[in-house]
Amino acid sequence: MDTPGNLKTSISELDLDRPNIEDYLPSGTSIQEPLDKLSLRDLLDISPTLTEAAGAIVDDSFTRCFKSNPPEPWNWNVYLFPLWCCGVVIRYGILFPVRVLVLAIGWIIFLSSYIPVHLLLKGHDKLRKKIERSLVEVICMFFVASWTGVVKYHGPRPSRRPKQVFVANHTSMIDFIVLEQMTPFAVIMQKHPGWVGLLQSTILESVGCIWFHRSEAKDREIVAKKLRDHVQGADNNPLLIFPEGTCVNNHYTVMFKKGAFELDSTVCPIAIKYNKIFVDAFWNSRKQSFTTHLLQLMTSWAVVCDVWYLETPKSETWRDSH
Amino acid sequence: MYVCMYVCTRTSAIFLYPLHPPVASPISASLPDSMGTASSVLTQYDIEGVQQHCHNLFSQHEIVSLYQRFCQLDRNAKGFISADEFLSVPEFAMNPLSQRLLKMVDGLNFKDFVAFLSAFSAKANMEQKIGLIFHVYDSDRNGKISFNDILEVLQDLSGVFMSNEQREKVLVQVLKEAGYTRESYLMLDDFIKVFGNSGLKMEVEIPVD
Repeated sequence: MDTPGNLKTSISELDLDRPNIEDYLPSGTSIQEPLDKLSLRDLLDISPTLTEAAGAIVDDSFTRCFKSNPPEPWNWNVYLFPLWCCGVVIRYGILFPVRVLVLAIGWIIFLSSYIPVHLLLKGHDKLRKKIERSLVEVICMFFVASWTGVVKYHGPRPSRRPKQVFVANHTSMIDFIVLEQMTPFAVIMQKHPGWVGLLQSTILESVGCIWFHRSEAKDREIVAKKLRDHVQGADNNPLLIFPEGTCVNNHYTVMFKKGAFELDSTVCPIAIKYNKIFVDAFWNSRKQSFTTHLLQLMTSWAVVCDVWYLETPKSETWRDSH
Repeated sequence: MYVCMYVCTRTSAIFLYPLHPPVASPISASLPDSMGTASSVLTQYDIEGVQQHCHNLFSQHEIVSLYQRFCQLDRNAKGFISADEFLSVPEFAMNPLSQRLLKMVDGLNFKDFVAFLSAFSAKANMEQKIGLIFHVYDSDRNGKISFNDILEVLQDLSGVFMSNEQREKVLVQVLKEAGYTRESYLMLDDFIKVFGNSGLKMEVEIPVD
């Protein structure tokens, strides 16, 4: 046991980031370099820790991921302003009504085919599911058309195989629609209120989506079991998970939650990148409702994005890199 | 020309974003002589008031930047940042002194928030910085720091790395060498004397776009 007279330690300046008191550990746990003694000043000096805390208050990397950058107004001179006004007139007066019309037509077609199929073909489950899937694909195509979406797909299309899970980055709810129009996926989503919730419980049910409630504690095990069952079934749509758990502003990614990777299946990553010149597709759910977000998309020029279906890395490297 | 620019930026903002309902300015809540306008934009008047309150330790750009950060952390525009909103910043929650700091910053309005951070400005002098450190130690606000106050902070910092006996032994020894006893109380002047003329590096850079 150390006697009070033999307390020696190295000076804290070696490592300003760590609390200097660590140098006082009993011998054997740290390299003791007998320099000067620990002074009261050094003991009381908590400035490095305080600086870190203040630095985190002032700016931190996590919140930066959710910042939606307001577009810089570029229409501020005499020449550009009238052009911009024309643009507004075209967007709100011509494009928007056309898009609403397109969307309305799409919904009419969809509902008039979906409801009969759903009710009449109750007995023939397989056929019904097939038709419902293609119908969901169709309505997604209508949705994408209604924002003049230009989507470029790169990479091999996902095939339907059991024990396969897709993960993608999440910028807005429309990620799902953009992916769905190419291949029918089953998504795991939070149950939303309002008209979105209605859509979720009726139409998306047919594609095999899984719902969860963030606030319910027991929900986790139930949902985990549902996920595992879904992945095992060969006939189910491939499962799509957004492991970030929330919408991020498409500049950074947030650390992935591990649920997707514990399902004992191959993980195939998908990357979605929106082109900001046309519209900022980040849905800041704290600031806008989904309806407002959709309206914003529908009154912009276009939604341009790239979707990359990436190669599956070996499972160990995937876990390590996230 | 400038009027034209101002009008254009205002109108473009209206077209690009749905109108937000007017939010009561957190500055108006704290400045008794403000105009009480319901806007979420800082006026020049507000900025000057805040600057005065923090003894001109921040520039006007920095205050605007801090305001954006304040609004970002204060999610429901209450006019102050609550404890759990502070804790939602992972880098803050991980800090060993976060609980002590929370007691100091919880519920502060913008003016006091800036005043708190002003000790971290590059322009702050030693006394202001030492003053902040003193307040972190003096959690019961009685103007003096006891043996136990220092011990508690050491506990926060060293956690499981040291036992209580080790901490006490270290503290008794170090205090003795500096001329204090276990029963002494340290006032702010003692603190200033202890820190002496050695520089204190406690600065935070406010990101200004």
